[in-house]
Formats: sequence, C-alpha cells, structure tokens
Amino acid sequence: MAELNTGGDGGKGGKVRSKKQSTRVDLTAMVDLAFLLITFFMLTTSLSKPLAMDIAKPDKDVKDLNKLELKASQTMTILLGKNDKIAWYMGEAGKSTPTIEGFNDIRASLLKNKQEVKDKMGKDIIIVVKPTDASTYENFVNIMDELNITKTNINAPAIDDDPKHLMDSEKEAMKTGGIL
Amino acid sequence: MGRIKVPRKSTSVDMTAMCDVAFLLLTFFILTATSRQPDPLDIKTPSSSVQFKVPDKDLAILSIGKGKVFIEIIGQDVKKLTLQKMATLYSTSFTEDEAKRFGVISSFGVPFGNLKQFINLNGDDRAKFEAKLNGIPTDSTTNGELYRWIEQSRRATAELHNTEMRISIKGDSKEEYPTIRKIVDVLQKQQVNKFSLITSAEAAAK
Repeated sequence: MAELNTGGDGGKGGKVRSKKQSTRVDLTAMVDLAFLLITFFMLTTSLSKPLAMDIAKPDKDVKDLNKLELKASQTMTILLGKNDKIAWYMGEAGKSTPTIEGFNDIRASLLKNKQEVKDKMGKDIIIVVKPTDASTYENFVNIMDELNITKTNINAPAIDDDPKHLMDSEKEAMKTGGIL
Repeated sequence: MGRIKVPRKSTSVDMTAMCDVAFLLLTFFILTATSRQPDPLDIKTPSSSVQFKVPDKDLAILSIGKGKVFIEIIGQDVKKLTLQKMATLYSTSFTEDEAKRFGVISSFGVPFGNLKQFINLNGDDRAKFEAKLNGIPTDSTTNGELYRWIEQSRRATAELHNTEMRISIKGDSKEEYPTIRKIVDVLQKQQVNKFSLITSAEAAAK
C-alpha cells in the first residue's frame, strides 16, 4: 500500500539497511477503471440497437368497398410543416383556424383532444397525418411516435401524403403561420 | 473476568481476484460486441419510444440519405437468388464467383448496369464508386430498378423461406419528406402497405 516512510532513525550510526519493499500493489484504482469500462460498453451497445416502428398505409388501389363514414368532428388533422412545426385542427378544413405549435406541445394537445372527443361523442379520436413537402422524415417519425405514446392510434391513424390532397384552406393557414 | 478483546482486523481487501474478473468481463464484452457495418450513407436515424427490435432475417432495408437510396437484403441465399432473378430480367448473367462476392456485400446503391463493375471492385474502391453514382434509380414505374429489386427479393424470400419479406426504411432524420414519399410510392405500387421505419432508442423520456 502507498505509505510514507517517515520514521527517521537518525543518531544510530551503522549500516543503512535497505528496507524490503512490499510487492503488493493497490489494485483499487485498476478495478474501478475496469468496471467503469464494462459499464460504458454495456450501456452503449444496448443503446445502438435499431428499433422498428410499424407503419401501415391505406391501400391506394382499392376504390370503394367498406368505406367507413366518420364524423368530421371526431377527426383531428395534423399537418407537418417546416422548421419542426405542426399545425393541427379539429373537424373540417377551413372551418376552424389551425393551431400552430412545436413538437413539445403536441402531446398535451393530443391528450386534450382525445379526452374531448371521448367525452362528447363516446368514441375514439381519429387522427389524419398530412406530411407536407416542407417536413422532414424526422418530423414524421416523431409524430407517429407521439400518437403511439398518447394512445391516440386506437383507430389506425390515416397517413395522407399526397400533395394533391392538401386543401387550399390548409395551405393558406400554413402559409400564414410561416411553416410552408 | 476481563472483557474479551476483539482483535482489530485490517480493512484492506485483496483486489486481485476482483480485478481479474473485471478484466475478463471487459474482454468478453469487447470481443462479443458485433462491430457495426460501416454505412455507405451517413445516416442518423431519428429516435422513438418503440420497443420492437428489428428482426434479423427475411428483411430488406432501404437506406435513404442525401436523396439516394441504397438497398440491403439480409441473408446470403436470398441475396444470391435475387441477383440471379435480376440477371434473368435484364438478360445478363453473373459468374459463380461474382454471385459469391455479391453475397457478402451488405448494402449497395448502384444502378444495375454498373453492378458488375461494382462487384469486382474491392472494399475501399466500392465506397468511392458508390459516391460517384446516385444510388438505385427510383422512378416509380413498374420498370424502375428499385421496384424490381424489391419485387425480386420478395419473390426470392418467398421461394426460399416461405415467408413474406419485411421491408424496413432507414431514413436520415433530416431527409426531406418528398424523398421518403417517392420510396413509399414504389412500395405501395406492389401492394406493400405495411413496412417499418428503423429508429434508434430514445435516450430518455422527453
């Protein structure tokens, strides 16, 4: 162990005997380091594992068949714009001004709307996601993740990424908000 | 009667065994960790809270970044059969050796016309070669190369393993949505309406 040899035995003359040094080394620091590295490797390897998020899109070719009639007031449309901003509105397009917010606030809005729809109509909310050309892939993944977290995807969310389906009123609202 | 004296023991413990174990574990973890395949496209996947792990067979991964598309077909047997099918479609042929070399390439993004040349290159040159080209052509017609690659690999998977191949999209977070839509359109054209997006785990709750 590390210790200081302070005992001075001055005075007594004679041969200077070299003291036999102990061969034991303090391993504490070495063990600390080893465990630190182990912890580091274990944590980083489990984090880098890729995960898969399943996405189902509506079939493009099916023309009619069982089309489910939905009430407009039951749906919430989410538009993904640029600069990581979202515009959302309830019900029909053009009748209410979309709320524009960031990804941090969308969770609260989702939960609030979900609860409102449930209280008013006793049904689960239906989400329509419209990624516009200005949005990034990350926005899309994030919003799908939020839907997953808030459990607003009981009725499978509709993903409508056809630019032709983006209505004029929606475009207008997004332009005013400066996110298109 | 006097009190029994408890002899005071030294508090220092022999660390040798502990040290041995720690380093043994360390070595074990380092050796067993699979080194990550270098990605030809520098992709940073977005994070999410899903907990479903990517399966390790019967899978094709479409990597999207900088407007380019690369495809990776998992499984050597499927990869070889896909190459064979593609060769028949474009009426060319590959030698046994070329097929073998193709089997170990992980992900690639060259037009079919350049594939032969690409296979015969070596590691470093391959990356340089790919960087010059624009990935797999993605025109969404049924004759598009990406369409055919996916179609043929699905056929090959069905033939060899009797299961439907899963398709995963691995996109860069900053990729613009229209690029993604183009790829999804190609998938939907062949009735693949279900696919998965590859994400990394979220570090902490937001």
